[in-house]
Amino acid sequence: MKKKATEIDAILDRYPGEPRYLISLLQDVQAEYNYIAPENMTLICDHVGVPLTQAWSVATFYKSFSLEPRGEHEIRVCCGTACHLKGSERLAQSLERDLGVERGHTTEDLRFSLDTVNCLGACALAPMVMIDDDYIGGATQRGIRKYLKKI
Amino acid sequence: MSDNKEKTDGLVSLVIDGQPVQAKEDWTVLETARHNHIHIPTLCYHEAVQANGGCRLCVVEAKEGNWSKIVVSCLYPVKEGLQISTSTAKVNNVRRWILEMLLAECPASKEIRTLAEAYGVNSTRFKIDRPTEQCLLCGLCVRVCEEVVGVRAISFGSRGVNKQVATPYMVPNNACVACGSCVTVCPTGAMQARLNMVRGNVSERTGHGHAH
Amino acid sequence: MDRVNKAEDLRELRNRLIAAQDTSRPVVRVCLGPGCLAQGADKVAGAFKKAIKDRGLQADVKPLIKETGCHGFCKLGPLVNLDPSGLFYAQVKPEDVEEIVEQTLVKGQVVDRLLYTENGNQYQTASEIPFYAMQQKIATRNLGLIDPILLEDAIINGAYLAAAKALSYMKPEDVVKELELSGLRGRGGAGFPTGRKWRSAVDAAKKSPGMVYIVCNGDEGDPGAFMDRAIMEGDPHGVLEGMLIEAYAVGANQGFLYVRTEYPIAVKNLKRALDQARDLGMLGQNILGTGFDFDVQINRGAGAFVCGESTALFSSIEGKAGEPRAKYIRSVERGLWGRPTVLNNVETLSNVPVIIDEGGDWYAHIGPANSPGTKAFSLVGKVKNVGLVEVPMGVPLSRIVEDIGGGVPGKDHFKAVQTGGPSGGCIPYSLKDVAVDFDSLIKIGSMMGSGGMIVMDDTDCVVDVARYFLHFLEEESCGKCLPCRLGLKGMVEFLDRFSRGEGSEEELDELVSLGEAIKDGALCALGGSAPNPVLTTIRYFRDEYLAHIVDKKCPAGVCKSLITYSIDTDKCTGCGLCVRNCPQSCITGETKTPHTINGEACVRCGMCLESCKFGAINVA
Repeated sequence: MKKKATEIDAILDRYPGEPRYLISLLQDVQAEYNYIAPENMTLICDHVGVPLTQAWSVATFYKSFSLEPRGEHEIRVCCGTACHLKGSERLAQSLERDLGVERGHTTEDLRFSLDTVNCLGACALAPMVMIDDDYIGGATQRGIRKYLKKI
Repeated sequence: MSDNKEKTDGLVSLVIDGQPVQAKEDWTVLETARHNHIHIPTLCYHEAVQANGGCRLCVVEAKEGNWSKIVVSCLYPVKEGLQISTSTAKVNNVRRWILEMLLAECPASKEIRTLAEAYGVNSTRFKIDRPTEQCLLCGLCVRVCEEVVGVRAISFGSRGVNKQVATPYMVPNNACVACGSCVTVCPTGAMQARLNMVRGNVSERTGHGHAH
Repeated sequence: MDRVNKAEDLRELRNRLIAAQDTSRPVVRVCLGPGCLAQGADKVAGAFKKAIKDRGLQADVKPLIKETGCHGFCKLGPLVNLDPSGLFYAQVKPEDVEEIVEQTLVKGQVVDRLLYTENGNQYQTASEIPFYAMQQKIATRNLGLIDPILLEDAIINGAYLAAAKALSYMKPEDVVKELELSGLRGRGGAGFPTGRKWRSAVDAAKKSPGMVYIVCNGDEGDPGAFMDRAIMEGDPHGVLEGMLIEAYAVGANQGFLYVRTEYPIAVKNLKRALDQARDLGMLGQNILGTGFDFDVQINRGAGAFVCGESTALFSSIEGKAGEPRAKYIRSVERGLWGRPTVLNNVETLSNVPVIIDEGGDWYAHIGPANSPGTKAFSLVGKVKNVGLVEVPMGVPLSRIVEDIGGGVPGKDHFKAVQTGGPSGGCIPYSLKDVAVDFDSLIKIGSMMGSGGMIVMDDTDCVVDVARYFLHFLEEESCGKCLPCRLGLKGMVEFLDRFSRGEGSEEELDELVSLGEAIKDGALCALGGSAPNPVLTTIRYFRDEYLAHIVDKKCPAGVCKSLITYSIDTDKCTGCGLCVRNCPQSCITGETKTPHTINGEACVRCGMCLESCKFGAINVA
């Protein structure tokens, strides 16, 4: 608990206490803890001097913030146009079936979070799935299944 | 423009629905119309707070020379020589579709039903997801809480079709001073319906230090 | 590296760096652009470093490994270019590296099997390949040439010389004039003349003295577009130099660079470049001793397409939700914190140094008079040569898709090309010779947009594509204004019905009427242009809509409710692979005899199609 407290302080110290650093701080906290816990949200508000309503409004507006803990592994199915034409919707649906969660959600055991993203900019390899930091180009339902079994 | 200023002494002349009118330089088209008793329907507009052009019901067609465009009158600044039409085919197409959308978004609001009927819109082709909903997300409550009351107890959460007016985490917010301004400005019964979320059960709130 | 205190220092520094170069030293340029990286280019680069170290080549041949930005020909990635020989190796795998080092770097021989072959012709160098030969690179000039983490490399290639020329030898007014003369129009989508925008900011600042801000929009949100990603990753100093010149022209001391958070490499490379530029003295106080101060802050986007809209982007930089506001007062007059603010996109700004270098008049003579210059496109979808291309404005669409792109693999021609991202339109094959410039595309109901060019063939359904874009925008709508929040949802409801074979021809006209109402009534450009994909597809592919609504058929075989999966008994060997993979367990049959699909239970997931090795699954 104590260690965590110093860590959040260290993150807060990266930015001056001005409202315009709200999003940067939320991003850093999201990156560090995988989600934005209510107590951290309050600390950020105090630091940059905005009411909780503004931080909550921002954190629920942008897609990259999560108010609940995310899974250990992030699965991101690219649903850019090129990937869509090459069957990304079928990939997303098969992952929903296999993992038993809808896109945008995390499995109960907190192993996997499943998301669709607008475009990863690697259209040459459509359809593309990103699992953590690995790009899987020309992805197939079976290929993804195999990959997930390995991790 | 500067010669016009000299000529009209801070006033600009424009035409609304064929009627020549004068306006102060910093007026919007809507303010000018209201001043001249020309009716333009609105929902998200209130004199007490800043206009934000969200509901789009107050659209009008603005013409300047051979340029014309659909604009929202609550924000569009007046300009010398501007010609405004409040009810053209394009304007009515926008307005009627908006009213039809509203019938699907807040089907439980009788205020919305009455307004829609006045424009001949009696049913909706859009899917109704929440039959008891009355809120049209005009944001008057959010603006009055911030701009007039100055406490920011409520805000918008999420975006797009999931957008909602709420307190953080949807639990009662101690910042709320229970002044009721939000209920007063709400064009439907929506704010009344969510008061418990915003301020909680008032009788349980004694001792929270908000004894204004 | 030495700090430069005047323009002359920069030129001297460059001369010193060039003189210190060993021109006999071979250079291996490994493409680490988005496409190649996803195909394992980082492992290829690693293999080169290791092989060279293992062989002790440091001492004798001393090859320099450059990990560069996008070379463009993504389809053939990972790409490796060698200098000075100019050799171009395609689809290089880590296990090929040993051979390249041995044969090419040590013995000076060509590894034929890694060369690119097209229509029986084998090409040794990139410049001979038709894909490259037909391009003209201005905005992407340094991509693939320089190593974006090496400032020296950028300087040798001329980085900051144009900025030095502007700051030291031109008045801000002259810079604005040069941009006006160039006719450069914003590459972000709207095509507003850049010089005029800068002029407006200068005028606004005169009326209201105080801070002026500039913002570079790197929040490339259009799906299927990666030009700006490639530029930010591969030539970060080019972007910063464009910003510096712009800042000087409009009198801004603070710039913001808003980068999409999904582009972590771009953020990293730009951050490093910022530090390098500050150390060099090209950012910070009293740049080149001219008394001009300018610095840049990087803001990461947080996942909201609407932040491509200027006023929403400003909201985001200010730390708020990205809701646009009405632009009846333009943002060059009242933008960030209510001050005059100039917003330009990445590609626009990376053209600026070249314009200052070569002159606005030179630039104005490239392409058509009303849309001068070149434009970068990401060419993706059902096209052979997927990649990043840059061509003069005004070339016919077919030049890009067929001559450079190589057409649709296995098909006579494309069905449609979608340009302009979610706000754009679908251009049918019959308009294949349309000139690709701002005005010509608008005339046919599409638009330039930021430069995504998505090629579709006869297996792509226009109803599905329209629905895809509308659904995309419905999810990205900020929800502030009614026509966008509810109207787009309503349009998706119409398209959902059509894709199920429901609806009527009258409903098609109702959808057009709704689309017009949203175009007229929405607050910002996201909503205002959202109906475009629907309106253009109805305009050019009405028959395909009617096939869904009237005949209950999806001719492209895409819309799930209107297709069935079946097994071709002649081709099926009864191997049972589909049975094992079917999530619905709806395929039956004895081993080694043809199988059948129970249509009722089938969810059309495509697993059988994907797993069948004999092409025995029919979709119709």
